[in-house]
Amino acid sequence: MTDSRPVLTMTGISKSFPGVRALHDVNFRLFPGEVHALMGENGAGKSTLIKVLTGVYDTDEGAITLHDEPVSFTGPMQATAAGVSTVFQEVNLCTNLSVAENIFIGREPRLLGAVRWGEVRRRARALLADLDLDLDVSAPLGSYSLAIQQMVAIARAIDIKARVLILDEPTSSLDADEVAQLFRIMRQLRDEGIAILFVTHFLDQVYEIADRITVLRNGGLVGEYLTTELPQLSLVEKMIGKELDVLEGIEEHSRRDLAALEEGTPLVAVSNFGRAGAVEPFSLTIHAGEVVGLAGLLGSGRTEVARLLFGADRADGGQVAVDGTASSLRTPAQAIDHGVGFCSENRRAEGIVADLSVRENMILAMQAARGWLRPIPRRRQDELVDKYVKALNIRPADPEVPVRNLSGGNQQKVLLARWLITEPRLLILDEPTRGIDIGAKTEIQKLVTQLSDGGMAVLFISAELEEVLRLSHKVAVMRDRQMVAQLANDESLDADRIMQTIASGSHREEADR
Amino acid sequence: MTTGTLTAGRTRFRLPRKQIPVLATLALLLVMYGIGVSQYTAFSNVQVIFNVFIDNGFLLVVAVGMTFVILTGGIDLSVGSVVAMTAMVSAALLQDGMPAALVLVIALLIGPTLGLLMGCVIHFFEIQPFIVTLAGMFFARGMCTFISGASIPITDGFWTSMSQERIGNPRGNFVSISVLIAFVVVAIAAYTLAYTRLGRNVYAIGGNPQSALLMGLPVARTRIAVYTISGLCSAIGGILLSFYTLSGAPLIAVGMELDVIAAVVIGGTVLTGGAGYVFGTVLGVLVLGVIQTLITFDGSLNSWWTKIVIGGLLFAFILLQRLIGIRYK
Repeated sequence: MTDSRPVLTMTGISKSFPGVRALHDVNFRLFPGEVHALMGENGAGKSTLIKVLTGVYDTDEGAITLHDEPVSFTGPMQATAAGVSTVFQEVNLCTNLSVAENIFIGREPRLLGAVRWGEVRRRARALLADLDLDLDVSAPLGSYSLAIQQMVAIARAIDIKARVLILDEPTSSLDADEVAQLFRIMRQLRDEGIAILFVTHFLDQVYEIADRITVLRNGGLVGEYLTTELPQLSLVEKMIGKELDVLEGIEEHSRRDLAALEEGTPLVAVSNFGRAGAVEPFSLTIHAGEVVGLAGLLGSGRTEVARLLFGADRADGGQVAVDGTASSLRTPAQAIDHGVGFCSENRRAEGIVADLSVRENMILAMQAARGWLRPIPRRRQDELVDKYVKALNIRPADPEVPVRNLSGGNQQKVLLARWLITEPRLLILDEPTRGIDIGAKTEIQKLVTQLSDGGMAVLFISAELEEVLRLSHKVAVMRDRQMVAQLANDESLDADRIMQTIASGSHREEADR
Repeated sequence: MTTGTLTAGRTRFRLPRKQIPVLATLALLLVMYGIGVSQYTAFSNVQVIFNVFIDNGFLLVVAVGMTFVILTGGIDLSVGSVVAMTAMVSAALLQDGMPAALVLVIALLIGPTLGLLMGCVIHFFEIQPFIVTLAGMFFARGMCTFISGASIPITDGFWTSMSQERIGNPRGNFVSISVLIAFVVVAIAAYTLAYTRLGRNVYAIGGNPQSALLMGLPVARTRIAVYTISGLCSAIGGILLSFYTLSGAPLIAVGMELDVIAAVVIGGTVLTGGAGYVFGTVLGVLVLGVIQTLITFDGSLNSWWTKIVIGGLLFAFILLQRLIGIRYK
């Protein structure tokens, strides 16, 4: 593998968007007959690199060569014609057309301008047989599962005589068996000498299939490694960009007694709660006054857990008990009735109504809970809003300012206040401290502690392990859309152990499911 | 890891789902025809069917063009006005003494040119087809009145011969030339959609325009082509209408675009695009024609009943499509 020359090289690639440096001086190379994983957290620059490679974006700086020839594609079509095919996460085929037509449309064999359907079907069957796929090629593509559609997309890509195949998160919506099918085909293509660039969030899959790994972080190149020479823990460190010994020096504030809290009926208990394609079934109990931390890499399924608990997505199965009574959390309205509040990680799109005032934003959830026919008296509104503006130290302390004029940290506090006004019993905070300054961050952390002392249960989601450790009574760890562990936050728990749990080997308790 | 031949887990059982709406339309047509035959003895005469074609030949041709547009997920509201404008232009030019052959060429160029322009605006400026073709509709209708505020009779020899020529069998059943022309248009359209790249691209764009683009299909060219084809079909429809009425009138074919859309949808073409057949459109036009015939035979019913029945059928067929869509989505 390594002794041949790279089929593709990218050298010194930089790309900026207004206000964002998406890629900075990144090098990347791809050898024939290898599966090369491109790793990094969300926003690390993986997608941008692929878009630069396939000509969706121009480069600001840097050079790309294919077979030692400099190339600069103007778009995916030109890249495909040159032998660089991309299969995207979302299958870009037409589900209303037949399998055979999806493989050949645009280059059907014709006779005097008429498509030779017999020949199309025969060649489609032959091509799919090479991939060990036995499909009815005249059936509409939409009658097959997403995994099969994905493979038909690969069949289309390799029929264009691809030398480089880019698979952009092809496994994100596949189940274990489907992933196995895909990997079988990837190995086959690799053995035929095709260079495969594989992007995924799933660490286990990387170690199963990839020969080489390139890690990006914050738009920069961290390094290129042989999979065999990079332990999984080191990979996680490189993706997150923190050495373990740095993490160990965290000051540990409040380690509260979990055993005392866990006596009595849990406030919310779910078991076998899950949603296909989003998060594997998990069980979790949350008691009044308990802060449960949810740790894991971006994209590991943390937000999905939160959305299920709030009813924003509907669980496929499992049981829910609130206060020990069987119950359901199928819609946000039901969740709110049970006293669940949810501060979304995406405060701009899903939380804050930028044009409404601080006061109007704060009372939204309470008004929704009361029903629109029972307006909250203005005096009561003012009381509540004043109280929380003071309590949370929101600046400017003027309830009539449009929220758009507030800083990110203060917007986050307004959002928090919105749910606090409804006096929830369980508050789900998804990345409440992301992208806000250190002062506001500390205030929010302090607030979480106060709330839980007052008996409120909190599910606290954060990418920052220090924060999770400081606040939580117990930490649930997500990896590859599974809840892999629930760790009591006692003396023995530190960032190192959480990190190891996030990274830990290819051992998957529920792989047989 | 499984090795060996893999049998794909088919997620859902398969019905010929694309054909369900067409089959439903066929069944409906047979039921309506059966009702007609059982109620009125004269209904069983083959000439009844032939008359449906004679009366709706121009509608069929326009509906074929609309089928192309709707298959891509678009809509063309200009067709009725273009039909009227074509007839008006023909009548006016003939009145001025221009030779029939030249008039035909000019009349057949106007529709596609307008269609081409609308297609370009829709594609390159990314404007909703609804609003662009609405503008085209007002423009063409305005041009009709601009040419003449009143109806212009056609006395040209070629036109009258086309109008009166009957192609029949010894038993006295006949169709007009227009019907033959309509059948030729239908055959060419069906072939184009099933066997040419243009036709397949139409289906692909209707299925998923984003995917079609990423698969390297000529989305721009195809999208512009379907509006041009619709314009051409409207022009042919306008000529056929002028054969039928031997005049050009500024207010003829008002609201025809809605009948056409109804016929295409009842014929099983999905309004969101990607599924449907020209054969279905033929059935859709026949359904409309047979309803009219039934109401004429009854004699006591107001002709507005046609509209009421068509309205009900449209609801039923849109719901059917939706149900099929949900089931397979």
